[in-house]
Amino acid sequence: MAIYVILALDVLNGISSLFLLCLGLAIIFGMMKIINLAHGEFIMLGAYATVISANAGVNIWIAMLVVAPVFVGIVGLVIERCLIRFLYGRLVDSMLATWGLSLLIIGIITTIYGNTQQGVPTPLGGFSIGSYQSSYYTLFLALMAAVMMAIVYGVMRFTRFGLVARATMQNPAMAATLGVNPARVYMSTFALGAAVTGLAGGLLAPVSGITPGMGGAYVAKAFMTVVGGGAAILSGTMSAASLFGSVNQVAAYFTTPVYGEVIVFTTAIVLIRLLPQGISGRFFKGNL
Amino acid sequence: MPRHYRLAAQTVAVLMAIVAIALVPGVIELFALMQLTLFAAMAVLALSLAFIWGFGGILSFGQTAFFGLGGYAYAVAAINFQDSTPAILLAIVIPALFAAILGYFIFFGRISDVYLGVITLTVTLILFNSVNSTSGDAYKIGTALLGGFNGMPSVPTFNMPFDPSTVLSPEQSWWTTAGVLLAVFLMLRLLLALPAGRIIVAVRENEVRASLLGYDPRLVKCLTFILGGAIAGLAGALYVNWGAFVSPTIFSLSLSAEIIIWITVGGLGTLLGPIIGCVVIEYIVAYIGSQQLLNANLVLGAVLVIFVLLLPKGLVPTARDLVMRLIPDSKPKTNGPSVQSAAAPHAAGAE
Repeated sequence: MAIYVILALDVLNGISSLFLLCLGLAIIFGMMKIINLAHGEFIMLGAYATVISANAGVNIWIAMLVVAPVFVGIVGLVIERCLIRFLYGRLVDSMLATWGLSLLIIGIITTIYGNTQQGVPTPLGGFSIGSYQSSYYTLFLALMAAVMMAIVYGVMRFTRFGLVARATMQNPAMAATLGVNPARVYMSTFALGAAVTGLAGGLLAPVSGITPGMGGAYVAKAFMTVVGGGAAILSGTMSAASLFGSVNQVAAYFTTPVYGEVIVFTTAIVLIRLLPQGISGRFFKGNL
Repeated sequence: MPRHYRLAAQTVAVLMAIVAIALVPGVIELFALMQLTLFAAMAVLALSLAFIWGFGGILSFGQTAFFGLGGYAYAVAAINFQDSTPAILLAIVIPALFAAILGYFIFFGRISDVYLGVITLTVTLILFNSVNSTSGDAYKIGTALLGGFNGMPSVPTFNMPFDPSTVLSPEQSWWTTAGVLLAVFLMLRLLLALPAGRIIVAVRENEVRASLLGYDPRLVKCLTFILGGAIAGLAGALYVNWGAFVSPTIFSLSLSAEIIIWITVGGLGTLLGPIIGCVVIEYIVAYIGSQQLLNANLVLGAVLVIFVLLLPKGLVPTARDLVMRLIPDSKPKTNGPSVQSAAAPHAAGAE
């Protein structure tokens, strides 16, 4: 019995970390149709910001929840101004440029900090179910995923910024006619997406290995989840993250972690073949 | 008359290339020759993506899937048969079959753009993960152990056709690899000059118009993709022949990225550009590996960003435009077949 509770916790963990990982990419892709292939490196920067500030004596919670998103948000802002803004509407070029950017960031971090980085211990300790151990941090990640979902929903649905952002997403020309500056909206959305990604990196820093190349492990998964989810930021990402997260954990439980990954990638390919517009293109049309 | 001049100029260029390939081993040291052999093998890989992306409009993020499959197919077959002749054939046929299945799935499902990128990327990851986990005695094909992340060492290198006892020397390996590169280049040039090649470019330019003219874009793209996969598989066999070793890193995403960088630097929509881009970039990477100051990722990333932003056409088309501006009357002379100068190759894929 206890093993199933643990499995359920694993599934919850898989879903919530995947959701956190993808949300930033989904915001950027959903709003601006830019595929940010440097997404994995934004996660890596968030993790580095957390680990370095925590090792320098900053409280771990502040390092995770404040330093990481603020730092990556600023980096995102700079990158948008210097690079991304020239590439709107050029999907392939933006993919190439952000891929180059990802290599560049990996190179810079390797040059500065070398190939390894001391991690931080997982806060909050653990609890046991039957003869199995689990950690409270898993539950905290799920809580954070729920909080992030609520925040993004609230901002997009009930604030003026959210209204303007959604209007720009639907019809930039019309929004511009009504006095909105689309360039400004894109800029802040990109920075916001980067900040959310940095937060995800910070939250995952205690439970993952910190290396300059760590982003590579995430970017394909995030990319696939966002595309599988379709255009709707929240419902799409949430449904795709739930599907892929649970498939991954359950398959990994019954086979090996490696085949778990293989099975989840295969699921993604079949899903894209069956629903070329993504899950939300079919089931949650017009939702957020 | 210009047509004759052009043909003559091209013949002279090809003859010069053949002479250069033949004479190089006598001029340079063995180490440099081995490096050139590697570059030539990589250049074949560059040609495969240059063809499907630049002329077919299919941006595959996972061209290394076919490269790796070709390499593994060659290694497994060469160990089992102890003869490279059927192994090379298998290294072409197996990736082509895989490309046919994948291409059928992608193009007949009318999946495009971003989704194509995701699928090719994930397929590469699937292969990487699967092959990576095949260590141990349980995973063997015939007598060949797959070896998981350790790879397969001491793969037999090329021998004379149907004569396993005569293994090629490094010089002969170079002639083979460079000869294959030249042959693939000429074959693709010929194909693009034929009506079949025009149809491929027409589909890239405008799928709807091509289908209204009676061609099936799905079939055309699928066939283009298969040819690209076959060439990439051949490149994989050449690569394994160079190092006598194959490991799962052959499927890695960073290599996929490098191919795209070669093409972006050399010039999308040309065949010569990607070869030049490949040799230049690989030379830079090899040079960076020999010193400590700069990191290879940093340089590659910077190069890619700079080219996308400032020189999006790439080296060869930019140089060609410059030459044409300097000599106003020589328009058809310096230009290859007219498909080569097709403008805005990005547009078709991005629409």
